[in-house]
Amino acid sequence: MSSSSVDDLVEAGSEYHAGFVTDVESETLPPGLDESVVRYISAQKNEPEWLTQWRLKAFAQWQEMREPNWAHVHYPPINFQDISYYSAPKSQTDGPRSLDEVDPELLRTYEKLGIPLHEQAALAGVVPDPAAIGTPAGANVAVDVVFDSVSIATTFKETLAEAGVIFCPISEAVHSHPELVQKYLGTVIPQRDNYYAALNSAVFSDGSFVYIPKGVRCPMELSTYFRINERNTGQFERTLIIADEGSHVSYLEGCTAPMRDENQLHAAVVELVALGDAQIKYSTVQNWYPGDENGKGGIYNFVTKRGLCAGPRAKISWTQVETGSAITWKYPSVVLRGDDSVGEFYSVALTNNRQQADTGTKMIHMGKNTKSTIVSKGISAGGSANCYRGLVRISPTAHNARNFTQCDSLLIGDQCAAHTFPYIENKNNSATIEHEASTSKVSDDQLFACQQRGIETEQAVSMIVNGFCKEVFRELPMEFAVEAGKLLEVSLEGAVG
Amino acid sequence: MSLLNVTDLHASVITDDGAQPILKGLTLNVRPGEVHAIMGPNGSGKSTLANVLAGRPGYTVDSGTATLTERGLLELEPFERAQLGLFLAFQYPVEIPGVSNMEFLKASIDSLARARGDEQPNTATYMKQVRELAASLDLDPAFLKRGVNEGFSGGEKKRNEIMQLLLLQPKLALLDETDSGLDIDALKVVAEGVNRYRSANNGVVLITHYQRLLDYIVPDFVHVLSNGKIIESGDKSLALELEAKGYAWLT
Repeated sequence: MSSSSVDDLVEAGSEYHAGFVTDVESETLPPGLDESVVRYISAQKNEPEWLTQWRLKAFAQWQEMREPNWAHVHYPPINFQDISYYSAPKSQTDGPRSLDEVDPELLRTYEKLGIPLHEQAALAGVVPDPAAIGTPAGANVAVDVVFDSVSIATTFKETLAEAGVIFCPISEAVHSHPELVQKYLGTVIPQRDNYYAALNSAVFSDGSFVYIPKGVRCPMELSTYFRINERNTGQFERTLIIADEGSHVSYLEGCTAPMRDENQLHAAVVELVALGDAQIKYSTVQNWYPGDENGKGGIYNFVTKRGLCAGPRAKISWTQVETGSAITWKYPSVVLRGDDSVGEFYSVALTNNRQQADTGTKMIHMGKNTKSTIVSKGISAGGSANCYRGLVRISPTAHNARNFTQCDSLLIGDQCAAHTFPYIENKNNSATIEHEASTSKVSDDQLFACQQRGIETEQAVSMIVNGFCKEVFRELPMEFAVEAGKLLEVSLEGAVG
Repeated sequence: MSLLNVTDLHASVITDDGAQPILKGLTLNVRPGEVHAIMGPNGSGKSTLANVLAGRPGYTVDSGTATLTERGLLELEPFERAQLGLFLAFQYPVEIPGVSNMEFLKASIDSLARARGDEQPNTATYMKQVRELAASLDLDPAFLKRGVNEGFSGGEKKRNEIMQLLLLQPKLALLDETDSGLDIDALKVVAEGVNRYRSANNGVVLITHYQRLLDYIVPDFVHVLSNGKIIESGDKSLALELEAKGYAWLT
């Protein structure tokens, strides 16, 4: 790490860089949620009747469900009638077109965020500016960008099409590949899986769709960049990734939002399906606006992510770096149905100031010889609360299943909290389950050892924290790992004073 | 000219029962090119002296002054003291998991260079230098990729401290019981490293319990610290006398 970049970051880190608002005229539904809103959203996307009915069924189920309250987070009740469920820039109402036709104001937004929308620029490798921290900028990445409720552009579509890879907004896939969408949508996360998944199933707006054909190794990283812009709207994106037999894909996801005093809801659903011998690597750098230092504003990030290893020897790997959001409620999980399938979860969750995170994973072992690995690194600073919650379930059919779990918590200062809730349900006595946990503080001795060699305090803290996260960072794609390290530094600004 | 000047220093360690006075009027003057050994029984304040000069949290200075190259030390942050040229070789070097030695040393030399207004050394040159130094101290160069002191033996940790001393070339080296826990071979390697560091422009303060280190690093002065004060000073022969008679005859 060069020292000049550290200096830049100390300067850059004084505020949330992605916190600006784009001034575009939007078509926004008035707040409120009833059947007509669900029908409106479906009509906006010209959806086929089966999907409208699918949404309405989810809406009916949602109305009978209750908000979960078991997570270790505290917030005032959400009034779901105060939220607007659809907002799209007016210039984009006809759906995504070619890059040349995208509203220049929107293009400028992504330029400011450092997202490479121009294929030329992306190929050459764009050097991201500080605003791009936490975003999937870098060389050779195909990007789908979602702005409030719509996808506004997807790059490298032709290059990918040559390899047979489908990468497009899910609203487009509903029309262009209805058989795939209908076959897989809701198969990993059913509509009534949980309260927020049901809500999402009713009102989901846009998100990405990926299909990798049999035996194809996706020629580039795929990524989706989510941006909330409009006031008082929720973002309910839905992503569906299908890796057919023997295929490989690495997918990155990034997200930011403007700084606002009120809380905004983000309730996404991500479903992954890996057929036999397929591999999906899904990486997230989550940098939603976390609220100010007193806990005012910020995103409520209530997300359901799950992957299904449907066939033998399939592999799904989740890697997440969670630094944003006022509240995070998120458990990327893997259902290991195929024999010899593999699930992995690598996570760094950092909370500062008043942030709250309840995050972890579920590994559901069903097939024989299935293997899962969980490495979770929680970092709490300021007055924040950080909680790991994980479930390892070994079903009676899962002979010789193995799980290894390692959960480490790092505390910075004495006002923060860390909790670990590991659940293990074992119904097969041939299973091997290992669990390691540790809690440590950035010790005065470590800090002093760095300072005694001339290293300034902030740099010393970020070095120690980055060291703590190393096992997770090395799972991230290269450019992302660098960004993640920088993002931690910025997020820790002022944590040690 | 004075390199390190400590005058009538009073300092306390902060404990759960309040501040306990440890240093009670300590005076010490080190000129460039000199090696001073500080000896004394347990609890006499040897390590406190090193920690207070380096600015370790957990101590308070009650009165007195300390300067390095005529600049006041006691009001500076620990990293500023290091940037001024003060180096403390730790009695118990800490582990920093996940931070490689290479990364740690690079951050250190870059910070020191920046503080001096020098250009940061080029990475290739730096790597070469570090590898050579490591080899000269019998440290397997593979250790550079490992976490700082992570899984190191006691001897490796101490040799790592000396490696850093030779790499960073501070103006004043405080060695806090660097000899403790070393077998005779490791002791010779460490002593040889300190002797390589010695020059007409820098100074060494050796804090030690035993005279055997002084067989290999010959001091210009030996001081006996007792109850927070220097009660006797002399040349190398004082150390031999202490070895023969113990501390009791002085206190």
